[in-house]
Amino acid sequence: MNNVLVMPMIIPVIAGILLIFLRPYIKLQRWVSFLVMIVNAGIAVYLLNRIQTEGILRLDFGGWEPPYGILFVADSFSVILVLTTSIVTAICLLYAFSSVGKAIENMYFYSFVNFLIAGVNGSFLTGDLFNLYVCFEIMLLASYVLITLGGRKAQLSESVKYVVINVVSSWVFLIAIAYLYGTVGTLNLAHLSERIAESGQTPLLTVISIVFLTVFALKAGLLLYFWLPGAYSVPATAVAALFGALLTKVGIYAMIRIFTLLFYHEPSVTHTLIGILAGLTLIGGSIGAIAYKDIRQIVAYNVIIAVGFILVGLAIGTQAALEGSIYYLIHDMIVKALLFLLAGTMIVVTGETRIDHMSGLIRNYPSLGWIFFIVMLSLAGIPPFSGFIGKVLIGQGAIETGSYILLALAFISSMFVLYSLLRIFLNSFWGETIISKEDKVPMKKGWIIPCMLLSGGTIVLGLGVEAIAPYVLDAANTLMNPQLYIDAVLNRN
Amino acid sequence: MKINNVILRTVSKVVVFIILTLAIYLFLSGHHSPGGGFIGGLVMASALVLLFIVYDIETVQKAIPVDFKKIAAFGALLAVGTAFGSIFFDVPFLTQSFAYFDLPFFGKTELTTVTIFEAGVALVVVGVVVTIILSISEDV
Repeated sequence: MNNVLVMPMIIPVIAGILLIFLRPYIKLQRWVSFLVMIVNAGIAVYLLNRIQTEGILRLDFGGWEPPYGILFVADSFSVILVLTTSIVTAICLLYAFSSVGKAIENMYFYSFVNFLIAGVNGSFLTGDLFNLYVCFEIMLLASYVLITLGGRKAQLSESVKYVVINVVSSWVFLIAIAYLYGTVGTLNLAHLSERIAESGQTPLLTVISIVFLTVFALKAGLLLYFWLPGAYSVPATAVAALFGALLTKVGIYAMIRIFTLLFYHEPSVTHTLIGILAGLTLIGGSIGAIAYKDIRQIVAYNVIIAVGFILVGLAIGTQAALEGSIYYLIHDMIVKALLFLLAGTMIVVTGETRIDHMSGLIRNYPSLGWIFFIVMLSLAGIPPFSGFIGKVLIGQGAIETGSYILLALAFISSMFVLYSLLRIFLNSFWGETIISKEDKVPMKKGWIIPCMLLSGGTIVLGLGVEAIAPYVLDAANTLMNPQLYIDAVLNRN
Repeated sequence: MKINNVILRTVSKVVVFIILTLAIYLFLSGHHSPGGGFIGGLVMASALVLLFIVYDIETVQKAIPVDFKKIAAFGALLAVGTAFGSIFFDVPFLTQSFAYFDLPFFGKTELTTVTIFEAGVALVVVGVVVTIILSISEDV
């Protein structure tokens, strides 16, 4: 019995509900949430190893066999993302302990973080299109609460935009699901894949796939990212880090899943379009990243560049490129969380948000400065760190298929990432310090330790690529061969 | 402002019980015919909202001294708990089971685990609807 498959989603749900009753006990709430993430990470490791020996796992809810019931499916790709999510969330929670403050913690903060993670993990694990929609909604509802907690004016004005955009895109998502159900008459992903392959992806289905692309582009911030920089710069630092690390990644996951499992027959239409969108995202993100002086905006535009970069891998669609996308996805979850935490810490210690108003931070906070240096190298893709392998593999895929324009855009965007972060580094860390000894805000252990853990993560991931290579290889292999997924779900092996 | 609404108060004292009876009927009929936890919960919540409108919030809260947020959370716990229960019987998550019992007075009755799940759903609906109505009314 594979009941363990549902645990990454159901443990956070139960914990989130129980924490509502434990409202006065904030210390207990903190450690329960932290423990949940650690347990989830353990479960993900266990599942990952089982998948290598037993193949793709599935759990039919209530014993209803596919394609009639709904189900959870765990392949290497989804479980790798569950594992990364759990680890990154655990570390962001550590940061939240000493940064969000009692007033927000008391407003069911940890319950909603748990619900958010339940939605994220559910989206990764589900094997049913409508269930994917439901899990998206769980995640989004929790994120609506988290973005407004605190109730500052900027938060409310940004959250109105964020909620409206997401409600509209969810509505389009539902319409797309209805179209697809009306056309092929099933919602089970494996069954859908089989039926679409039988009918050979007619023009009608291709149009439906473009509707899906629109939805996920809005959620992931692929070209339609206009809402993202504002929404990600207003919530508490720990929440912004969670959003930056996880939310767009769920959109990216859904896009990769849909366009490798369902709509892979007409790459000249769909994948070309993804390529164009990814290219435009890279250009727009790069311009945004160097255009602003507000550190939160710069960081948010870096998220957008990464979205474009990962989807270049999907647009190219070879084994190497998809492997690169998966590596880069893992890398980006860790490093974006770190980048948001660093930016938040810099704002707290200086009281400024503009980089030209900060100066000489490395004299006051040397460890912060060096961690920022590491994250800069890692994002630029310098070898010992984790960004390198993803960039190399996506580059290799691009050369194999001769997509030189995407190749050029992807690597030029890396230069822009490096430049935008170097600008922060030169402006804020170098130069004369502006903080006098008396006014210096002491660096809390609760701030710097999570940053150290995450920068340790990028180094370990960079040096330990060999260790996770078999899992990523298997994940990319499943994405390249949809038949493996179909056989595992529909039991015809 | 004090409005004299004797008629409204007298009528709603009776009507609330009719609505609650309908809510329970809808809730129980849900397994095989139209109805169920969601709709039963909504009707039940509408009875409570009627009370809140006819009497003021303080009076009703004195009569029903519960935190509706906790009710919603308890309902969610109940619903997820029944789903979780299947894990201890080593059957797939969310599996339901049912059996027929000879109860006194009711005769042969079908008892199912789905009813517990539906009760959870009903409590969530009641809790959430009342919480929403109360927070909106506080703002005005």
